[in-house]
Amino acid sequence: MVVMIPELAFGWIIPEIIITLSAVLTLLMAAFRKKDGGYLAGAVSLTGAGLALVFTCFLWDSNTAIFNNFYNIDNFGTFFKALTLIVTLLVTLLSLRYVEREGMITGEYYSLLLFGTLGMMIMVSSYHFVTIFIGLELMSIAIYVLCGLLSNNPRSAEASLKYFLLGAFATAFLLYGMALVYGATGILDVREMANYIVSGRFYLTPPFMIGLAMLVVGFGFKTATVPFHMWTPDVYEGAPTSITAYMATGVKAAAFGAFLRVFYTAFLPYLAAWSNMLWLLAVLTMTVGNITALVQDDVKRMLAYSSIAHAGYILIAFVIGDRNFSSSIPFYVLVYTFMNIGAFAVIILLGQKDRPNTGIEAYTGLASHHPVIALSMAIFLLSLAGVPPLAGFMGKFYILSAAIKAKFYWLAVIGVLNSAVAAYYYLRVIMYMYFREAVTEVGRPDISPAYSLAIIVSVAALFYLGIFPRDILLIAEKSVSIFAQ
Amino acid sequence: MNTTFPLLSSLIFLPLIGALLLAMAPRTNARFIKVAALLITLVEFFLSLPLFFSFNEQTTAMQFTEHREWFPEWGISYYLGIDGISMLLVMLTTFLTILCVLCSWKSIEARIKEYYISFLFLETAMVGALCALDLVLFYIFWELMLVPMYLLIGVWGGPKRIYAAIKFFLFTMVGSVLMLLAILALYFHYGDQTGVYTFNVLELYKASIPVTKQYWLFAAFALSFAIKVPMFPFHTWLPDAHTEAPTAGSVILAGVLLKMGTYGFLRFAIPLFRDAAFAAVPLMSTLAVIGIIYGAVMCIMQTDLKRLIAYSSVSHLGYVMLGIFAFNMQGLEGGIYQMLNHGISTGGLFLIVGMIYDRRHTRMIADFGGLSKVMPKLAVFFMIVTLSSIALPGTNGFVGEFLILLGAFRSNIVFALLAATGVILGAVYMLWMFQRVMFGQLTKEANKSLTDLTKRETAILCAIVFFVFLMGLYPQAFFKKMNASAAGYLSFLQVKTASYAPEGNLVLKQVKAD
Repeated sequence: MVVMIPELAFGWIIPEIIITLSAVLTLLMAAFRKKDGGYLAGAVSLTGAGLALVFTCFLWDSNTAIFNNFYNIDNFGTFFKALTLIVTLLVTLLSLRYVEREGMITGEYYSLLLFGTLGMMIMVSSYHFVTIFIGLELMSIAIYVLCGLLSNNPRSAEASLKYFLLGAFATAFLLYGMALVYGATGILDVREMANYIVSGRFYLTPPFMIGLAMLVVGFGFKTATVPFHMWTPDVYEGAPTSITAYMATGVKAAAFGAFLRVFYTAFLPYLAAWSNMLWLLAVLTMTVGNITALVQDDVKRMLAYSSIAHAGYILIAFVIGDRNFSSSIPFYVLVYTFMNIGAFAVIILLGQKDRPNTGIEAYTGLASHHPVIALSMAIFLLSLAGVPPLAGFMGKFYILSAAIKAKFYWLAVIGVLNSAVAAYYYLRVIMYMYFREAVTEVGRPDISPAYSLAIIVSVAALFYLGIFPRDILLIAEKSVSIFAQ
Repeated sequence: MNTTFPLLSSLIFLPLIGALLLAMAPRTNARFIKVAALLITLVEFFLSLPLFFSFNEQTTAMQFTEHREWFPEWGISYYLGIDGISMLLVMLTTFLTILCVLCSWKSIEARIKEYYISFLFLETAMVGALCALDLVLFYIFWELMLVPMYLLIGVWGGPKRIYAAIKFFLFTMVGSVLMLLAILALYFHYGDQTGVYTFNVLELYKASIPVTKQYWLFAAFALSFAIKVPMFPFHTWLPDAHTEAPTAGSVILAGVLLKMGTYGFLRFAIPLFRDAAFAAVPLMSTLAVIGIIYGAVMCIMQTDLKRLIAYSSVSHLGYVMLGIFAFNMQGLEGGIYQMLNHGISTGGLFLIVGMIYDRRHTRMIADFGGLSKVMPKLAVFFMIVTLSSIALPGTNGFVGEFLILLGAFRSNIVFALLAATGVILGAVYMLWMFQRVMFGQLTKEANKSLTDLTKRETAILCAIVFFVFLMGLYPQAFFKKMNASAAGYLSFLQVKTASYAPEGNLVLKQVKAD
């Protein structure tokens, strides 16, 4: 039997190959080096992610299906891949010193991080359900372990176990959903499914609807949508802060990417069927996320709830079902990445070994002792609140324009009112930093060039995206051109 | 008039650059920081003088315009321009900021660098909001004003400053975000109608919007501006913010930020949604009159000097709103002029209260009495500014209030009569306050050893009093700048309805007869 192996296709997946090689290399380094070469593993990780990012950018404006349509290279996938690689780079920067400080096992840490990235890249690059699932599982399993890597910390182990158990359930939902949709249509490739659905031979059946609902549950879990969000605060709080940053940004980005791709390619003709459900989920997510965040005293937990709320804002754009305006989703995810990584970087900065200092009292009087750190945190918080001219405002502006254009007025009003409510808890941290005098001694912050670099990059990105968003918005628009009729 | 030198952009960004330069200055050299901040604000003021002196008084078009591409696919452009209304407000801003920097010289001791940086940042935002002709640009500057003011109140303010700062921020933000939605709705409406998608407000004036939709959009805009003005019943943030802010914060808040609300009505809410604005006249006038009387009555009861002046702001800005919504030449010009007057007189009042507070560290009226015996110079300046606030003829307050009442009489006599009672109440609370503080027996021990004004304080108050008299005795200097724009504004509004006739010549004859 002759088996055809399309060798040329490997050129398209050079970024994935680089990541895999880096992951394996760091794993081997953990196995063969007698002492923990933490910085070396980090360096390998950085190089790998950086190279992969460069090669990913070369893939812009390409459009092919490879490996028998199991994998696709298009602008959408390239954008999200680049985003996840940026996340990996920034998180690796944060981890360089953090891992040393907390005494985590470095080789496995970076290797798992890279495998997680690989899973994310696979997840956003395919129209095929099975590939998406493989990517999702790869990413999830890596993160389940990463959450628990803080040795001797029971919260970390709790986070890992909680995420694993609930994640297993959610993945099961996703799989059942995929199976039911396959059962109803006989197709696993979302693009072919789109053709089939509009062809006229298809009609809505209960298995299809249930499958659709289950897909929403599965994706909703990963993106921390209410009411599938219960794991988020505990997992985010217990996990090592660099992994929290990774989860809050990378996992959400990949999950939203896959969610967007699947739903906007295949299921848009039946928008009315799932749009109302998502409308309700969007409103719930924003509201629950913001209101619960109001009463939090731990900044890490507060940011977890705030990330739930931001997922709600992104869902607003989902509900609208406008193919062109769906570019607001990749743009918002990008902006959201920088805001969150910056905020988590500051949280890491303020902690020390055995003293995470994540409570809000740790920020008291920060502005008088460490003005630059306080200013950066203020910038990240103001961007999260949506104050111009920072990028957070541009992201919200774009999503709100989509909502108003499609005449979803109530949704927009709820969105902005939530934004105003959210301003309170972001301002609260700023208030502690600037308006109060430091009382308790929280120890010297853990300042290192790696953290500073991550923070500087994030601040610069927020200003750039806030004042000159045009280029990135055009790129985002090109990335969703795959949905155009 | 398109000048080659980007005057407006430099006016907007000069304080910002100054703030960034200050950020790099050494923290320890307080004197250097203060002098640098003063120099920056002085340069800013002198840079704004060409706006006044080279202003073309004949045209109603926007002047000193700058139009640059920012995001063309979206219709967002970097569009700046001023006319008679906004030019005077810009001058007020640059002038008051100098006084604010001067009056903080001795009273701010902690974190001086951040203080002046916040102030300069605030000036950027204020001038930007006044010059912006693109709705998104305006919105950005509008929101941008919140953050430095929040910091100014919360860091350097009084005992209840945190509560006041958060209340101020959240209140204003809720209004603003609803305005953002209205901006977007207007943008899409105009685009669907004409195919031109733009945020350029001069373009958007041409939009024809169904009346019901106009009501909603006007309501959203009006809410945001009514909170800022502040109109009753959205005024509750004002007394706390004014009382707890540091002196200079109160001056700039009363002097300029409150005017942003009325300016917003003039530039955006009314011309964009004309039918809704005309329909809203009864409601707005009622709220304005309630504000006048309620504010005045609240003043009479106050025991805290600063809180008293804060409520007087509610009262005075009620007059401005009444004048604007009279929709005739006298009311409009009176309203604009009163905006400037209020900045000078209430700014002056806050400055004086600040000087008293610097010495006595209390603002309670009961703690004073007979101060004119130990501080005669302060008493003189205080009296002049008080009379200006009461609108005594010869002072600037009189011109504004008289024109407003004249305009209100022509449009609705009942409102005018009620508003006129506010004049009496104004005299009641101000004169009674003055008597309790400055006149009477010098009973408190602590008051006997107070020092009179220093040279710096005298300079500040001289500047205020100079404008009190200049604007009161020769208002033509300012009116001729705004005449064309005001007449053009009213004739633009008349396109939709003919119920209010503009009388262009009346006000000129009025003033010339002085």
